[in-house]
Amino acid sequence: MLLKELTEANGVSGNEKEVRDIILREISGYCEKISIDRMGNIIALRKGTSDNGKKVMLSAHMDEVGLIVTGFTDTGFIKFKPVGGIDPRILVSKKVLVGKQRLPGVIGLKAIHLQEPNERKQAVKIKNMYIDIGAKNKEDAEKKVSLGDYIAFDSCYMPFGNNLVKAKALDDRAGCAILIEMIKERYSFDLYACFTVQEEVGLRGAKVAAYTVQPDMALVVEGTTCSDVPGAKEHEYATTLGDGPAISIMDRTSYSNKELSRLLYSLAKENNIKVQYKKTTLGGNDAGVIHLTGKGIPTATISVPCRYIHSPVSVMSMEDFEGCKKLVKLFLEYINKTKQEEENE
Amino acid sequence: MNTRELLTILSNSTGVSGHEYAFSSVIKQAFEEFCTSVYQDATGNIIGIRKCKKEKTYKVMLAAHMDEIGLMVKDIDDRGFISFTNIGGVDSRILLAQEVIVHGKEDLFGIIGAKPPHLQTEEESKKAVEIKDMAIDVGMDAKKVKELVSIGDIITFRSPTSCLLNNYLSGKSFDDRAGIICIIECLKELKNTDIDVDVYAVATVQEEVGLRGAIVSTYNIEPDIGIAIDVCHGETPDAPKEDTHSTGKGPVVTIGPNIHPKLVKKMFSIADEYNIPYQKDVEPGNTGTDAWAIQVTRSGIPTLLLSIPLRYMHTTVETLNFNDIVNTGKLLAFFIKNLKGDLEELLCY
Amino acid sequence: MSSLLVQLTQSYGPSGNEEVIRDLIINEIKQFVDELNVDPLGNIIARKKGPGKKLMFAAHMDEIGVIITYIDKKGYLRFSNIGGVSQYSALFQKVRFKNGVIGCIGYEEDIESMKDLKLDKMYIDIGAKDREDAEKIVSIGDAACFEGPFNQQANRISSKALDDRIGCYILIEVIKQLKNSPNDLYFVFTVQEELGLRGARTSAFSVHPDYAVAVDVTATGDTPGAKKMAVKLGKGPAIKVKDNSIIAHPYVRNIMIETAREAGIPYQLEVLEYGGTDSGAIHLTKGGIPSGVLSIATRYLHSPVEMADMDDINNGIKLLRALAVKEMGAEGIS
Repeated sequence: MLLKELTEANGVSGNEKEVRDIILREISGYCEKISIDRMGNIIALRKGTSDNGKKVMLSAHMDEVGLIVTGFTDTGFIKFKPVGGIDPRILVSKKVLVGKQRLPGVIGLKAIHLQEPNERKQAVKIKNMYIDIGAKNKEDAEKKVSLGDYIAFDSCYMPFGNNLVKAKALDDRAGCAILIEMIKERYSFDLYACFTVQEEVGLRGAKVAAYTVQPDMALVVEGTTCSDVPGAKEHEYATTLGDGPAISIMDRTSYSNKELSRLLYSLAKENNIKVQYKKTTLGGNDAGVIHLTGKGIPTATISVPCRYIHSPVSVMSMEDFEGCKKLVKLFLEYINKTKQEEENE
Repeated sequence: MNTRELLTILSNSTGVSGHEYAFSSVIKQAFEEFCTSVYQDATGNIIGIRKCKKEKTYKVMLAAHMDEIGLMVKDIDDRGFISFTNIGGVDSRILLAQEVIVHGKEDLFGIIGAKPPHLQTEEESKKAVEIKDMAIDVGMDAKKVKELVSIGDIITFRSPTSCLLNNYLSGKSFDDRAGIICIIECLKELKNTDIDVDVYAVATVQEEVGLRGAIVSTYNIEPDIGIAIDVCHGETPDAPKEDTHSTGKGPVVTIGPNIHPKLVKKMFSIADEYNIPYQKDVEPGNTGTDAWAIQVTRSGIPTLLLSIPLRYMHTTVETLNFNDIVNTGKLLAFFIKNLKGDLEELLCY
Repeated sequence: MSSLLVQLTQSYGPSGNEEVIRDLIINEIKQFVDELNVDPLGNIIARKKGPGKKLMFAAHMDEIGVIITYIDKKGYLRFSNIGGVSQYSALFQKVRFKNGVIGCIGYEEDIESMKDLKLDKMYIDIGAKDREDAEKIVSIGDAACFEGPFNQQANRISSKALDDRIGCYILIEVIKQLKNSPNDLYFVFTVQEELGLRGARTSAFSVHPDYAVAVDVTATGDTPGAKKMAVKLGKGPAIKVKDNSIIAHPYVRNIMIETAREAGIPYQLEVLEYGGTDSGAIHLTKGGIPSGVLSIATRYLHSPVEMADMDDINNGIKLLRALAVKEMGAEGIS
């Protein structure tokens, strides 16, 4: 299954190769042109039937949050730093995979018996954490692992509950999976599917991909925060699991193009797809850099809600995922129709 | 050219972010000795081009920033004391009793003072004095000061370079004039050698206030490879070991998302091959250097970052080992000499 | 009292919702310009042709405001800020939606101390009976501006959105007053400045001018307990030296000073220790665009009672007009 394969591949920001290779394999039969740019973005072109030169860009990021090796202790433990935004408190007592060879390791913590009472009240800082790969000593560890090796969460794809799945990196492999489907169809306009790198460290891949493509409009397909869990008040939920894909109105990095957002919402309503507006203005995504490219690009964002995002155990509803996929398809078909009508006039 | 002397001259020069023109002619002159042409762009960056004999070839950009942190006149009070703000990251704790030059209509010597210790409460004296509570005393009456000094004038630290033991130097703005010397060392090494690429030596402006010179100069040059040369933290007794690197043990080469993975491997292998000492650094995100801006210019630029370990960064006594500069220059030169023929394979993903 | 200035400041236009203010401005200027375009983000780009250097003047149309994020069962609206809105200046203010609906801002009174006051502890009350009643007139995603009427006493004016309708007013007046210019002039009314100088970035990319000057408001140091700052109300338009987004290009800064001196217009120099304005985005566009800023001293920024001095504004118009016809050199750096 593609979503399983995509989420279980490791692609911490700056090291997206595993994910890129899967995507390339999946789309190679469908695209007129696939290029990999200087940062590692995939820019895949599905030529349009019309030669009006209109360009629509879909964007999903391949990278995920993770860790990177920064050093070794004399006794052979690995020191690390986070890549992207990670709450340090989720790291303790987790399994990880180190480097290209996917070497298993664990993030340990000294036993509760050995801790002072007030120590237990403090969150553990990343600089005090380490990964145990079972090395004999520093020399032994250095034989297997190098400085700068990337570390990903070790977490398998697992369906559970009421049509839900648990996996790491649903943000944004869910988006990648949707883009892979979309590129299989041909439209009147040129469709560019951009699988971007380094979103989690500052929307860096999308910035240069959008510069290269210079589209007439863009749609970002994301995995987004879903905090409909105990402890949060209803107005703080951002999105609700199972209420369908979320349309962004505004976040920290962009104010979505109003026509496009409204279009997405009404298309969903007309076609009986559950849909919700994202209810906070926090966070940001590739739209932030895409819409500011060149003379400005009308851009909107549609997201699959993901609980426990940026952790090894993010959760999404398959119904939301399918709804999102359908809605993106409807969106492209609608643009296709209006563009053709424009031309016929 | 004696590069050690040139570093002294550069570090003693005045070039606070946005006001680098005060000494850019010195850099221009230094570049001219090794470049086919040198120009200054609209933002103030100095760009020296060292063309090779090949017609259409790859462009390698070497960037080091010429600006330094400093202060700026905010207001002048009725008694002629000057209040000021910082340009770039300045630790207010280094400022008390510091000698400065106020660059007004003429250069004025001044001292940074604050409320005297014997007038402070015990609580107050435990705290660092904030910049807003300090003032510069130029020893003149208000009328004279207002005649000579205007709001917005810049202020630099007065801290001439001194030589310590074992080729260690100490001065006010090795960050990043040391990087510029590395570029010159590299150009020197490349003199009279046939290389396959065009080298763009760039002294960037306004790095300390947001990598601004690098953003626009990279857009103009559109290089195939961008290499930033900056400083990193040198090891000191009070700094955490994991955030610092040893001085005198060669340039620090960064690895991470900001860095092109294949290029950096090549850099390591060149260093190994030519026996140039180097150290590795892992940066999981923003390197905070020109490299961060260079990488995402236009359609994306493969980027590298070399750094010289520097103790006491952003103080008036920044300290480094000159051998590190020589080795950085060498490493850059050997790297460039080894860029031969078609680089597509090296630059692709 | 200038009725145009009243109209501009009272008009609705939170960042991302500039439709109303944009139409107002277009109507004012369309007969006085040679070209007029609205770009993909919604910026107005108006041109007065001339043979010389391309000069871009920018003022932002947008204002701070709030956006509805959630409507609860009882019909109270939860909201988030658009641009820099402080919880303290927002409390007990009235807000106005595009359709004219007025809401009052209240807070959860069970917080322990006013120090804990945050925007997510606050809500907008539009007097609705319940969610259904509220949803008849507002929806999630609707934006509102603060209410702040226009007053003038002697030379001083106060209103909401002086930031930056003053700048829009100055640009409009210059457009109307200028007959010919040796320079090729682009007047850009930008969007989304308060969200991160976004409109300025894309419009500067399309215009790609030789020089640019943003016209915006700036803070002052002349009120009780104010942060130290030399800028005062009534001392003339301010020529910016620096803020957090830009160090003004020395060539542009100096030519502004020179222009003011030649024309006998009072001016002051501005060193702002925080904040930024459109020039911050413009000067980093493409290969770099030498840029400066003309600021109007304004007290109580980002509140509904922003205050400025009409003399400063009128002198600002004079200075910008003189600058527009100033012959600009070819080289930025001396």
